[in-house]
Amino acid sequence: MNVEQFLYLEARLLDTGQLEAWLELFTEDAIYWVPLERGQQDALETSSIIHDDRTLLELRVRQARHPRAHARQPLARTVHQVGNVTVTAEDDRELQVASTLQVVEFRSERQRLWGALVEHRLRRDGGSFRIARKRVDLVNSEGELEGVTVLF
Amino acid sequence: MNLDAPLAELVQPGRVHRSVYADPIVFELEMERIFGRAWLVLGHESQVPVPGDWFTTRMAREPVIVVRGDDGGIAVLVNRCAHRGSTVCAEGRGNVERFVCPYHGWSYDRCGTLRSVPVRSGYEEESLRGAGLQRVPRVAVYRGFIFGSLAASGPPLEEFLGPATASFDDFADRAPGGALEVRGGVFKHVYGGNWKLMLENHLDGVHPAYVHASSVAAARGAPEPGAPGAGHYFDIAVRQMRQNGAPESLWESIGVWTTPHGHAWLGDYHTDARLTGDPSDPAFRAYREALARHAGAAEAQRILGITRWNTVVYPNCSFMSQFRQLRILHPLAVDRTAVHTYSFRMPGAPPQMFRDTVAFANVVNGTGSWVLTDDLEVYERVQRGLSSGAVEWVHLGRGYGRDLPEAGGALRGASGTSEVFIRAQFAAWQRYMTA
Repeated sequence: MNVEQFLYLEARLLDTGQLEAWLELFTEDAIYWVPLERGQQDALETSSIIHDDRTLLELRVRQARHPRAHARQPLARTVHQVGNVTVTAEDDRELQVASTLQVVEFRSERQRLWGALVEHRLRRDGGSFRIARKRVDLVNSEGELEGVTVLF
Repeated sequence: MNLDAPLAELVQPGRVHRSVYADPIVFELEMERIFGRAWLVLGHESQVPVPGDWFTTRMAREPVIVVRGDDGGIAVLVNRCAHRGSTVCAEGRGNVERFVCPYHGWSYDRCGTLRSVPVRSGYEEESLRGAGLQRVPRVAVYRGFIFGSLAASGPPLEEFLGPATASFDDFADRAPGGALEVRGGVFKHVYGGNWKLMLENHLDGVHPAYVHASSVAAARGAPEPGAPGAGHYFDIAVRQMRQNGAPESLWESIGVWTTPHGHAWLGDYHTDARLTGDPSDPAFRAYREALARHAGAAEAQRILGITRWNTVVYPNCSFMSQFRQLRILHPLAVDRTAVHTYSFRMPGAPPQMFRDTVAFANVVNGTGSWVLTDDLEVYERVQRGLSSGAVEWVHLGRGYGRDLPEAGGALRGASGTSEVFIRAQFAAWQRYMTA
């Protein structure tokens, strides 16, 4: 599978509500990061909109499935539009991939649009990849946001 | 139109009329009579440490600049050029010698005094006399926290805060040497609901079991928070979410106190020592030692013995003195509110203490957290329900008739789950609105 096909697969899993299958794309040591600030380097002494290791990401998915997850049930319907896919570095083990992302979210009679610069660190895994790190820089991360309840 | 008589009737014993949350006319009056009169929390001195440092915020809906002057004092200036009304600085923060209006270049010093006007010969000198950025009439600082009031007169800050000063004391006293600084980024969120809904939620000991049921369940399924120093960075947040599932009897047993100006705080409900200072944890131990070095052992013991959960400062602030988070709300419309959430670092404490503050902020109070987002969802559902005129009254009766008088005209709930603090907020509301 090439890099673009892999990113499209990832988007498709999110858009069809297959959150557990999406989780399986991540390595055990993965970090899923939505920084609060543009150019943010530090995640321990600067806040993040989301900063999850694999354990916390699993709990996040489990929480979203809970019948009383008021802000997430029923799950929002989304379209993840991936673009400008560029491999920026690679070696035998991993690839660094830059892309852009637009997410259209619909829930409770309201539609929202998110835009982000995305960086994936993909680890080669047989003929495919797994995600070792994903960083999503929302264009409005420093603005006044409504609650973030979708996964990017 | 004389609204005063009906306004007074909107608040009744144990209930309020839905229009206090949903009527745009009531909202406009609130901006003038409550946000235009009360002391509002604007920020913290650490945001403007040296002369010329400034940051922008809002008072009611007025854009203002908080600036450190050349004399070291803090001024609050209305962010509006005296000429044609443009804001003179963009949203954000920085350091300046002069604020220069982008429109026609009028420039103002750090005190807001007009210093230069391009094409000065084009104006009658008389018309420029006294022109400047309007100063917010009252500014005061308590334990490093900056307050402003748009009203030229009113109770002094300490009288306004009353016994709530003790919560600010708790915030500052817990920092070794009293040193606190805003750090680690600012979360900003908006919700489609009235500003009062947040203040009514932060001391509500019944809602966590229901609103936060999903995050309590997820946290219970998390790996056991690690041994001190060997856990996950988010252990503190897992502990906090689990604590939200505390039994009703625990919530009943903690106190809730109110003050005559509508402020209130909830006693602490943490039974997990690792949230609040377990001496076997290396970071807590080093922190306690640092505190004792500055304050003395007995005083450190006293300080750490004061345990409060949220404190609400009516009408625009809520904070967690133990976990060093402070939220400032900005009413945007009757059904829309912005909230800015700040984390505080104690420079005299081990770095792990601030890392815990950041993890706590991310997972519990952050824009993407599983906890906050469920609160926001419920605020919006309440707003939707109250927007309909089919049912007129909102029930505020939990613990009604059982409130206990405290010194100075304040009330304490007979139980930690009493809605006494909401009734206190509305008693203050009624006074502001009909004064």
